Amino acid sequence: MRHIISVLLENESGALSRVSGLFSARGYNIESLTVAPTNDPTLSRMTIVTIGDERKIDQIEKQLNKLVDVAALQDITISGHLEREVVLAKVIADASQKPDLERVVDGFNAALITVSETQYIIEMSGSSEKVDELLKSIDGLVILELARSGVTGLSTDETVLAV
Amino acid sequence: MQLTGADIVVKSLKEEGVEYVFGYPGGAALHIYDAFHRQDDVEHILVRHEQGATHAADGFARSTGLPGVVLVTSGPGITNAITGIATAYMDSIPMVVLSGQVMKPLIGYDAFQEIDAVGISRPCVKHNFLIQNVEDIAATVKKAFHIATTGRPGPVLIDIPKDITAQVTEFVYPKSVDMRSYPAPSVSEPSEIVSAVEAMLNAKKPIVYSGGGVVLAKAQDELRHFVKALGFPCTNTLMGLGAYPHDDPQFLGMLGMHGTYEANMAMHDADLIIALGARFDDRITGTLDGFAPDAKILHVDIDPSVIDKNIKADIAIVADVKDVLNAFNTELARRAKDLNASLIKDWWSQIQDWRGLNSFWYEQSDDIIKPQFVVQKLHEVTGGEAYVTSDVGQHQMYAAQFYGFSDTHKWINSGGLGTMGFGLPAAMGVKFAHRDADVACVTGEGSIQMCIQELATCKQYDLPIKVINLNNRYLGMVRQWQEFSYEKRYSNSYMDSLPDFVALAQAYGHVGMQIDKPGDVEGALREAFAMKDRLVFMDFITDQKENVYPMIESGKSHNEMRLRPGKPA
Repeated sequence: MRHIISVLLENESGALSRVSGLFSARGYNIESLTVAPTNDPTLSRMTIVTIGDERKIDQIEKQLNKLVDVAALQDITISGHLEREVVLAKVIADASQKPDLERVVDGFNAALITVSETQYIIEMSGSSEKVDELLKSIDGLVILELARSGVTGLSTDETVLAV
Repeated sequence: MQLTGADIVVKSLKEEGVEYVFGYPGGAALHIYDAFHRQDDVEHILVRHEQGATHAADGFARSTGLPGVVLVTSGPGITNAITGIATAYMDSIPMVVLSGQVMKPLIGYDAFQEIDAVGISRPCVKHNFLIQNVEDIAATVKKAFHIATTGRPGPVLIDIPKDITAQVTEFVYPKSVDMRSYPAPSVSEPSEIVSAVEAMLNAKKPIVYSGGGVVLAKAQDELRHFVKALGFPCTNTLMGLGAYPHDDPQFLGMLGMHGTYEANMAMHDADLIIALGARFDDRITGTLDGFAPDAKILHVDIDPSVIDKNIKADIAIVADVKDVLNAFNTELARRAKDLNASLIKDWWSQIQDWRGLNSFWYEQSDDIIKPQFVVQKLHEVTGGEAYVTSDVGQHQMYAAQFYGFSDTHKWINSGGLGTMGFGLPAAMGVKFAHRDADVACVTGEGSIQMCIQELATCKQYDLPIKVINLNNRYLGMVRQWQEFSYEKRYSNSYMDSLPDFVALAQAYGHVGMQIDKPGDVEGALREAFAMKDRLVFMDFITDQKENVYPMIESGKSHNEMRLRPGKPA
């Protein structure tokens, strides 16, 4: 099962390496990990996407909670949640391919940034699933570079992850 | 009061009531060493290798329950200390390690003796800090001691750049710690206690399995009361020995890989396992698939992460084990009329049958010293009252099996990490804490050479430890595994070119003895322990072929123990 775990972390140097070190030391999967400061500058919010059965996820949460820098955490996949990932893809599209590309971009509510006459950057935010769909829709194009931000998210019920 | 960072470090240690700091100086720590020189509130003990400093602090901590304190320099100072920090981490021992670091502007430039101490220690500390400002030192020391000693204890490292120890600021030692991300441990719910006791009252094949957590929580009195009230059998882990008296009829001895037949069989056949401050590690459970197939698991631990980690708990209580035992005892007193001893009568008779096998039996010899015999005589000569440290290997198991402990904090060994070299420096730490007590280091000729340099520290500080070297000229446990699992291919398990340990001890200024006849064992021990003010290194030449039995080989279950062959019926 895929789980999205949101973590409030003390904004201390080394806090990120404690979390990533924990995952590698204990052999847990990380599908993606994002981190940035919150509106409270002393706290960072980290979003970890991981895969495991119930027991593995239980251990991951307990081990994360044991880290002194972890202030609070929540598995947002348990409740309703909103997840977003930003994708940027630099593609080659000649004049004959451009109309199709524009149709796809419109269909996904994405944006198209022109780099040159034959190169474009597609920009979109959405769930990882949606990002995968977009990439599938352009698989006829040559992708020169692809940057995905990894997932960030919030629960969509009234629970609030706070300290 | 305006003080330098170095003085603040030392004053903060004084505020924490630290008596001894075990350490070794070097460039990045020199301002702190200078501060030590200016005062005599906190005594610095100079070891001969930083690993020795950590083990000595660890031995001090294990024998007192107080945090051990270490001071080392940057680079090789801290890397040498890592083994001892990891040893403390694996056994949840409270420890605070201060390490010097290169000057802050030089960090990241591969300066002389620079290593990322916070990074290299991260997997083996409970927490660590890199000090960024002189103003942070006092509060960080306060936090470090708080984290090291509360909840599930463990080592905490503070890395301090040299330039910061020279800067000056106002010294105010904080009265309390406020850490939103480090909450107080949880406490038990009354309903958990009631349902746990209900399970106990209905059990037909119960066993109490207590571990190092009971020692750390200083809950031996509560444990004994609890076991007596229920009339249940009790087994201790390697780390939990002493919590229940070795000679009490309800004690089944140690369990696990080299535990007793009765303890392991009782675990396997139990219908209720009451796990107290223990973590079901692989040396305890054997193969997880075959572990206690019919048992309901009641698991009490202060660390939520050990619950359901290896073995799924049916009832889990996350709280201090001493508080939980007190609550159990209160509830048991309330339910006294519901206690039914006849429910476990058949269970006890089954246990007595298993016990009748006498699984620690070994064949005594008139010609060659059996290592078990030395440990048994050690118990007799010290009246079972000594603090016993050990290294790691066969001798460690013989000490655990045969010394017979009646108190916690007296059996000091590296159970989790299994660190050879631990015994002698740990004994030093014990001796500093208990000047008048007998302190024996049970070791082997392999392990003792891993920290033998500490014999010089023992000389400098007059530490009259008794070193019991069970010298079989083999890395005995390695040899045993090679005999059992590698068709007797003894690859690199033979200790060739051993030193003359008697001469070596004398060279360090101590007394050396060599004993090679069983008839001389007791006399030699009495002679050695009568030398109250001398370290005596006793080199016992023991049986080369002796093995530790019983044994649950890896991949096997509790009911598949390998027993000593050749025992008469």
